[in-house]
Amino acid sequence: MIASLDQAFRDQWGRVLAALIGFLGDFELAEEAAQEAFAVAAERWPREGMPSNPGGWLITTARNRAIDRIRRDRTLAAKTQLLEPPEPVDDADLDAMTFPDERLELVFTCCHPALATDAQVALTLRTLGGLTTEEIARAFLVPEPTMAQRLVRAKRKIKAAGIPFRVPADHLLPDRLAAVLAVVYLIFNEGYSGRGDLVAEAIRLGRALAELMPDEPEVQGLLALMLLHDARREARFRDGDLVLLADQDRALWNREQIAEGRAVLERALALRGRGPYVVQAAIASLHADDPHDWPQIAALYGELHRLTNSPVVELNRAVAIAEAEGAAAGLRIVDRLDLDDYRYLHSTRGELLRRLERNDEARAAFERALALMHDDAERRLIERRLVELRGGA
Amino acid sequence: MQYILLIHHGTTPTPRHPEEWAKLPEEEQQRVYADYQAINQTPGVTPGVWMGEPDTATTVRVEDGKTLTTDGPFVDTKEALGGYLIFEADDLDAAIELAARIPAARLGGAIEVRPVRQ
Repeated sequence: MIASLDQAFRDQWGRVLAALIGFLGDFELAEEAAQEAFAVAAERWPREGMPSNPGGWLITTARNRAIDRIRRDRTLAAKTQLLEPPEPVDDADLDAMTFPDERLELVFTCCHPALATDAQVALTLRTLGGLTTEEIARAFLVPEPTMAQRLVRAKRKIKAAGIPFRVPADHLLPDRLAAVLAVVYLIFNEGYSGRGDLVAEAIRLGRALAELMPDEPEVQGLLALMLLHDARREARFRDGDLVLLADQDRALWNREQIAEGRAVLERALALRGRGPYVVQAAIASLHADDPHDWPQIAALYGELHRLTNSPVVELNRAVAIAEAEGAAAGLRIVDRLDLDDYRYLHSTRGELLRRLERNDEARAAFERALALMHDDAERRLIERRLVELRGGA
Repeated sequence: MQYILLIHHGTTPTPRHPEEWAKLPEEEQQRVYADYQAINQTPGVTPGVWMGEPDTATTVRVEDGKTLTTDGPFVDTKEALGGYLIFEADDLDAAIELAARIPAARLGGAIEVRPVRQ
């Protein structure tokens, strides 16, 4: 019962909070009311059983609590848009009530470009993901009071600056949707570099967005990308050491999740999606094939470079070209790139030079890479390469 | 809601600096005039007063009861306020859209959007 209660709370939090913000027009009041309703549920449900419509029950209970408070306190009423609050709803009417899903309005508010990126991330995890302030602080290695302050400041700005609770108009939608997807992908990448709970959270957010915007190819593309990357999670580390894709034990790949990721990718392609997330998901899907279709992967990196103009993407294309046409062809691309402070440029150069048996240059490149690395698992990988080169020299 | 849009010219060429202004093609100059006119006529907009150049500013401080004046604006001349307007709008999105139409925003300056406290 307790486990399923926790699960129900996690599943319902975003929807309940979104409905309350839509109704009250105030983040803080909505959050307090939602918390109260969840506390009542935690006390009552184990005793009386879960209601048939848990979400509706929570929204109604929270609304009623908020209405009670507003009736008692007129200054609160002024804070919200409800100068004349409606009558509380009776528990008995509850099962018949349906509430519109306002999570999309909520996510576009939380990811509004007038908020700083770190505030967008924190707010999205708190409101839509239902993480506690403490959990978010821990995930981003920030002291809890700092994170609490960040959230309070963001909520105040939403209110004071008039950031709308609304899905943006069509002419604004492409940019604003890109901002939402960037926040989710940032959460995923934070988790991918070590904190697994954030990966699960990002995928949960991605699933919610895919359900709320079934016709947006980039939304499906992002979900596919995250599912495909995460499917290789178990194989990425061996005894704490990073394992390169080529050396990974494929038996550890999550086949079911790869199949799911590919199905989502198919949907994105059927929607004529050709955006950066769709292309990245297509590359991730090809990476899960054995043997690899390197010319196709190189072509897709070329397409991604055209879309993003990112030298990091070009570096990835160089790796694919090296596999398809040989190390010398890859190295020619690498040596054109202006990425001198980027550790993977040097580790890639080192690897290609090693294959060309230019060992002294390879060693210098790996040493340069090592000087730029902070992550222990990555450092050990490069140190192993250097030991091998010394052995071979 | 009411917003105040603070226009910072930055390196924006304006007619007040004829040599800089002359570098803008004629049609761009016409477009700047037309854009400002269109903005001032947008429903909800209350145009601000025409402010003199930042280098004509005098900055006043009081220390120990004594009035101190310095020549020039409080901030760097490049960062000084060039103008402002008031905009009555539904929400921040509308204010951002209006701000993006102000020529200074695309010609080297920036617009700061602030809610007016009611």
